[in-house]
Amino acid sequence: MSLRPVLQSNTFVVTSEVGPPKGTNLHHVLEEAKLLGPLVHGINVTDIQAAAMRLGSMATCHLIKDLGYRPVLQMVCRDRNRLALQSDLLSAWVLGIENVLCLTGDHPTLGDHKGAKPVYDLDSVQLLKVAKGLNEGHDMSGNELDGKPDFCLGAVVTPGANPVEMQILKLEKKVEAGAEFIQTQAVYDVGMFADFMEKIAHIKVPVLAGIVLLKSAGMARYMNKNVAGVSVPEELIQEMARAGEADKAAKAEGKKADAQVKTSIAIGARLIQGLKPLCRGVHLMPLGWGHHVPAVLKAAGL
Amino acid sequence: MTISEPKSLEEILTTLEGQDRIFLVGCSDCATVVQVGGEDQVKAMAEKLGEHGKTVTGTLIAEPGCHLLNLRRQFREHRQEVAAADAMLILSCGTGAQTAAQATDKPVHTGTNTLFLGCVERFGQFREYCSACGNCTLEQTGYICSVTRCSKGLQNGPCGGTTAEGKCEVNPETDCGWLLIYNKLKEQGKLDSVKSYLPPKEALVQPGQRTLSREGKEE
Repeated sequence: MSLRPVLQSNTFVVTSEVGPPKGTNLHHVLEEAKLLGPLVHGINVTDIQAAAMRLGSMATCHLIKDLGYRPVLQMVCRDRNRLALQSDLLSAWVLGIENVLCLTGDHPTLGDHKGAKPVYDLDSVQLLKVAKGLNEGHDMSGNELDGKPDFCLGAVVTPGANPVEMQILKLEKKVEAGAEFIQTQAVYDVGMFADFMEKIAHIKVPVLAGIVLLKSAGMARYMNKNVAGVSVPEELIQEMARAGEADKAAKAEGKKADAQVKTSIAIGARLIQGLKPLCRGVHLMPLGWGHHVPAVLKAAGL
Repeated sequence: MTISEPKSLEEILTTLEGQDRIFLVGCSDCATVVQVGGEDQVKAMAEKLGEHGKTVTGTLIAEPGCHLLNLRRQFREHRQEVAAADAMLILSCGTGAQTAAQATDKPVHTGTNTLFLGCVERFGQFREYCSACGNCTLEQTGYICSVTRCSKGLQNGPCGGTTAEGKCEVNPETDCGWLLIYNKLKEQGKLDSVKSYLPPKEALVQPGQRTLSREGKEE
């Protein structure tokens, strides 16, 4: 199940991300996939996200495909050399996985096995080119393949990076190397994103804007401080902070404290509506709030 | 310059256990500049070993420690002191320690950990610039090495981890290597040189021990 026909249609594309568990209990991730599957065009599965060791993306993608949904295998360059990357791509294809998002991958020192040897034998541009080569029937040494995949390849970009020109320079190489769609880092500022889209108007590949649901004002401040290229505007932080106060008061009175969830959903929907005229779709990264995604999509009119 | 740091005295004494007569070897080049195996450090180590009941049979400063023929000659010049020793303690880099192990039949121990190839920024301050990848692309990257200065060694541009302060998210003390490259090339009007695709490096995965023979090669 390739994303390609969806990308080539006029549909506003919606993808959402799930993260495999640390361990073998797949209940939560598959429940999230079942909840989101009917509402989105593709389900990304992260690849040892944040360099914290966990179950693999390929196995999870395969199970999501068996549920009847369209998985997007995230593949990072951090953990595998060129032999393993190519071999895993071929393995993914025979397991029915037809979409691959190629990323650099968070450095091991940011994760929970800080002494792990960082591989980065290929970078994300090189991985895209190699994957495209597999599609064309040869490995990166030029050897002919007996049976070839036909992956729909994706890449990422950080629209909020400064200077963004440096990101665009790499994005151009990614598209040249074979990227057919782009999923972005979280966007909170529609005006900033509009400027970004203007700067990449020459890149004719569908862009799906990244949406990370805000859980609290504290989370927003944490991201501003610690997540490179992500900037939550102060007015959104204040909106979440007011909801946080309301929840605190409600809790004190023994009432239902759902102001932050409601505000988060409203902000997410507002962002999607604002971004919709600017790009070809959105990519949700709910970070454990997958159960709120249906409400966000509904509020956004999707 | 090969940058090394001293091992702890405790670790050194553990490796020297049961070997009471020690011949000490420093190095005239890197280890002298880096202050792990110069005259002063060799003298200080001799004193410390003495305090812990060892007998130092002799010392020498290799010229330099990574030169096999010179080291053999210097060991011959000190043959009585070497012969009197149970073991040698080498205060240079990992190459120096292994060159010494080639040049003598005595057991050899190293007193340092070798860290990287570096530049001397000022007295006692060293910084890594080259990873000896064997496939130099400095010409494209404005003489700022993407293999060394980018924490992930990325060749085709930055990841998404450049902080608002222009640092690497991996280490807030470290500048984003790609931002340095970008700014320098932009300033020089040479951004085109990183716009084309750079293929994966081959030499990074060269197996085993690297060697080079320049015998009979014309300049």
